[in-house]
Amino acid sequence: MSAQDDRNPLTVVSPRSRRRKLQGRLMELLASFAALVAIVVLLVVIFSVAKRGLPAVNADLFTQVAAPFGVEGGGIKNAIVGTLIMTAMATAMAVPIGVLLAIFDTEFAPPQVSVAIRMTLNVLAGVPTIVIGIFIFGLVVVSNGQSAFAASIALAIIILPVIARATEEVLLLVPSTLREGSMALGATRARTVVSVILPSAFGGIVTATIVGVARAAGETAPILFTSSIFANAVVTDPSQPMASMPFAIFTNSESPSHHDQQVAWAAALLLMAFVLLGSITGRLLSLRTRRQIEQMR
Amino acid sequence: MTTTNLDPSSIPLPTRRRPRIGETGLRALTAATALLLVAIMALLVYETARQAWPSIQEFGLGFITSDQWNVVTGQFGALNFIIGTLLTSVVALVIAVPMAIAIGLFLSELAPRVLRTPVGLMVELLAAIPSVVLGLWGILVMGPFLAEHVEPWLSDHLGFIPLFSGYPSSQGVLPACVVLSIMVVPIVASISRELFLSVPGELKQGAMALGATRWEMVRSVMLPYVSGGLVASTMLGFGRAVGEAIAVTQVIGGANAISRSLFPPGDTMASRIAAQYAGTATSLQRSSLAYLAVLLLIISLITNIAAQLISGRLQRRLGGEA
Repeated sequence: MSAQDDRNPLTVVSPRSRRRKLQGRLMELLASFAALVAIVVLLVVIFSVAKRGLPAVNADLFTQVAAPFGVEGGGIKNAIVGTLIMTAMATAMAVPIGVLLAIFDTEFAPPQVSVAIRMTLNVLAGVPTIVIGIFIFGLVVVSNGQSAFAASIALAIIILPVIARATEEVLLLVPSTLREGSMALGATRARTVVSVILPSAFGGIVTATIVGVARAAGETAPILFTSSIFANAVVTDPSQPMASMPFAIFTNSESPSHHDQQVAWAAALLLMAFVLLGSITGRLLSLRTRRQIEQMR
Repeated sequence: MTTTNLDPSSIPLPTRRRPRIGETGLRALTAATALLLVAIMALLVYETARQAWPSIQEFGLGFITSDQWNVVTGQFGALNFIIGTLLTSVVALVIAVPMAIAIGLFLSELAPRVLRTPVGLMVELLAAIPSVVLGLWGILVMGPFLAEHVEPWLSDHLGFIPLFSGYPSSQGVLPACVVLSIMVVPIVASISRELFLSVPGELKQGAMALGATRWEMVRSVMLPYVSGGLVASTMLGFGRAVGEAIAVTQVIGGANAISRSLFPPGDTMASRIAAQYAGTATSLQRSSLAYLAVLLLIISLITNIAAQLISGRLQRRLGGEA
């Protein structure tokens, strides 16, 4: 566009037009600079976590639990195991419910109901995670005590809207010609959903799951009141509270001990690598699914 | 095969004598999850209010205007935390929103095609960094950096503004604002990019044909067209900033005090809950923390629903698909 403007005899001459062009250039430069700043911030965070975390990553980190107070060494084996188990449980709860919810919303619900559900999902997604922690504390922990199970419920509630909305988005992308084709062959709506819509949206559901896992693994607030008093050992019984990576980072970050801070950096590096890789994979997969579905049209 | 209806979408349910178990079963199952969602939401509101009830009865609305937070005397009030929450969130938005809109503009209009996906991805990754990691970085790297380099400069050059006066501190309100703005930028940026992409090409070309420069086209056509959506996305960013507990707790220093300056420690509603709820001394303290949670819930419901109403109205005005 600008190349053509330059050749336009009406606008070359006046100094006012030069000023307008200069102003435009300046604003464009500022906008590009803003994007640059965002990237730099991301890189600075990644770099400073990696710089401090990498030297502290060693075999002990994966094979030992936290060392007793004042003793050097120790690791976060129990926190790694705890995060894996709690994330898995939360995902196992949230994915089926989220996918069924998305199916109801896009395939079965009358328009008004569908709007109301979407609104509720958005509202639930906007509820501060710390409030969800308080909610599950009152609902589960007060009567049954802390447990990995309680924490998983809190995490599941947090990722439910994430999974449902992402699945909904893919289901809506499935071309209506596929639906109509299936029903023209005499299939019921249920058969259409199971045999036509779900298979074509499968990639999208996988993506939604990955994004949900990445989100659940990194959340601290819901764990704070539901699984924060745990044995300093590897726990695999979901009825007991478990250590977790975010909680290990949280407590160690406020410790004055250099060694604790080292552990926090190492744990932060592992957690961040896991979450960022999950997010990138999810994002790239969703771009691919989108393209694939668009080709079906 | 007795029915030969040409419009399959108009068939409510195929008429058959045998009841279709799969059909009703799947319908019922999916509808049950929708009910579950509504139940979770209702229970969430009920349970939080129930925990806060003793404190609500004790302090009423005076809770909002009292700046006392004293476990010994049993006096609890939210004023300082409400101000702290508003201050951190508003400063974070002031930093983040212009930047995020500029990034949205860059991604939708300015960036060369090859850069759009990777740069967009990197901005979204900012949102994926776990808040506890951002808090760790904030407490050990960014806070000390601000205290050593940025805050002295601010107080030397802008010290006449109360916000930038006083002694530098590595834990305080300013690091919390910076951390929050890092969290808000990706939210607002990705929404504003979608908004800018939704501006009809004819409008943009019309402005260009009238001789506008690209910036004039952005300012006079695109920004007005998406302004409602930008307001909605700002509200979502506000909701995010208000509700963030972990990273803020780590960097803000946790002081029940309101200072005119951004440098000393303060506290927000969410960070006070995160810092104290697990180790409360009295049941009234716990209930008062739940009262803070109720206030947070109300703020998040209002901002969220308002944002949705604004964008919903826009979509209808623009004829369906925005």
